Amino acid sequence: MKYAVWILVVFLLVFHQDYWQWNNATLDFGFLPRSLTYHIGISIAAAVVWMLATKFCWPEGLEEASEHSKQEDARA
Amino acid sequence: MIQLGVIVVYLLLLVGLGLSANRLFRGTAKDYMLASHSIGPFLLLMSLFGTTMTAFALVGSTGRAYVMGAGVYGLLASASGIVHSLCFLLIGVPLWSLGRRHGYTTQIQFFRDRLESNFIGYLLFPILVFLVVGYLMVGVLGGGAVVQTVTAGTFGDVDWLASSNYGVPSWLASGVICCVVLTYVFYGGMRGTAWANTFQTSVFMALGVVTFFVIAKAIGGTDNLFENLVIATKQVPEIQLARAKIPKPVFFSFLLIPLSVGMFPHIFQHWLTARSANAFKLSIIVHPIFIMIVWVPCVLLGIWASGPESGIPPGTDENAVLGMLVQTHAGPVLAGLLTAGILAAIMSSLDSQFLCVGTMFTEDILLHNRSGEQLNEQQVVRAARGFIIGVVGLTYVLSLILPRSVFDLGLWSFSGFTGLFPLVFAAIYWRRLTAAGAIGGVLSVLVTWSILFWRSGFGSNARYSFPEAPVNLGVATLPQLHPVVFIFVVAAIAIVVISLFSRPPSEKTLAKFFRR
Repeated sequence: MKYAVWILVVFLLVFHQDYWQWNNATLDFGFLPRSLTYHIGISIAAAVVWMLATKFCWPEGLEEASEHSKQEDARA
Repeated sequence: MIQLGVIVVYLLLLVGLGLSANRLFRGTAKDYMLASHSIGPFLLLMSLFGTTMTAFALVGSTGRAYVMGAGVYGLLASASGIVHSLCFLLIGVPLWSLGRRHGYTTQIQFFRDRLESNFIGYLLFPILVFLVVGYLMVGVLGGGAVVQTVTAGTFGDVDWLASSNYGVPSWLASGVICCVVLTYVFYGGMRGTAWANTFQTSVFMALGVVTFFVIAKAIGGTDNLFENLVIATKQVPEIQLARAKIPKPVFFSFLLIPLSVGMFPHIFQHWLTARSANAFKLSIIVHPIFIMIVWVPCVLLGIWASGPESGIPPGTDENAVLGMLVQTHAGPVLAGLLTAGILAAIMSSLDSQFLCVGTMFTEDILLHNRSGEQLNEQQVVRAARGFIIGVVGLTYVLSLILPRSVFDLGLWSFSGFTGLFPLVFAAIYWRRLTAAGAIGGVLSVLVTWSILFWRSGFGSNARYSFPEAPVNLGVATLPQLHPVVFIFVVAAIAIVVISLFSRPPSEKTLAKFFRR
């Protein structure tokens, strides 16, 4: 799953470069330029991918550092 | 006059907040600089977001959308949503862990330790401060421009204010903003800054949405929100709705700009305030959504401003567009509140930057290798404050001498930080990185950035690209790209090549920073 999430991150970066609709001046819902609608979608997709990343790609051993430093703080 | 009154009340409120935080100050340098590592997920989210959203995001994005159209959102906002969170996860979390384990307060402490080199600190310090000064100018210029525009006409009978359209002159507004931020940073330290950031981020997000709807109603002229949005967008020239004004290679180049977050010294300091690693998770997930909430209204306002019904004359200075929209379409009380919201965004970045330059000075220069006479906690805090005043004074003077577009000034500062990104990435993930490689990388950034900045007329040519003309490589043509690409690539190559040809770090250092 970890690798799947990183592949999704790469997809986000690739789909961010939406050259195929460069000169598209279509308005969605009558007021949102298509490029804006599309990139709002990218922003929402990014939040979802990062949620998955915090679940499946979270670094290990961090709590150990936290506990160690808490003890240091307590001693200080 | 009412607008000005509201703005003054807001600034006084902020000073009060800083003074309140001072009552919780524990009297130690660690508490002043890192809030004793006590910041939880919500405060971390708000302070990180508030710090990354500055005049660049509000004044700059609206102004640049007015000039270049709706593509500005994809150019930076959606890219930042992906890349900022990536930096928080890949750079912020490991640095927090290393910082907590080894007691770092600044980036330079980490680099000195990791690279077994004192010199890297003395080399990085002036470069980081210089780039932060460039970033500070964005806020100082942006804040002054907004206040001057919004208060235009307030002092109609004061002749000497004619050059500022009878409003508060931008130089005065910028000076007052600097003083207010200095006050609450001095009294509240990092805790005051985190509180003020949270408060100000809430203010500018809420008022930003209000601004959007008020201006939509003024341009649309109906009581139906949806109809107003449609009418406001319909009057925009078609070229502003697509991306014809943005070259594709430049759009691609901009993917690198948000990497600058990985090397912002003030962001590093905010990372270290986190209570635990888990406190980062909320920021990583929500940051792209928060960027969207702020940038979408700003970009729409910018393109609406380019239409004939907006009341904004063609050719308006892009720094003044947001202020003019507010002044033209909101009543005096609301205009005052909306301006306070804009200033909130600007000041929530300035405060962290002020604090971080003071911290860097004391930790990396003043206290580094200090033997014999030791300074007490109060002397350290006093020295930090003295250095901050010096840097803010320099920034203020530069903002008067070198007025530039907020957007372009920000880009040059970010380009320098992006050039340093390969250094921090390699320091965390590449065992073979050496001090010589790191020094070579930093020097390459110094050289390439300086040459390209000079070639761009010291930032006055907003369309400057490198290479300056497409280069035919035989099999392909290298297009004109934003200078950040060249700065970044040269730095990465210098770091890798020089590291491979120099002596590897000691086993002791590798054991300290890497798991087997």
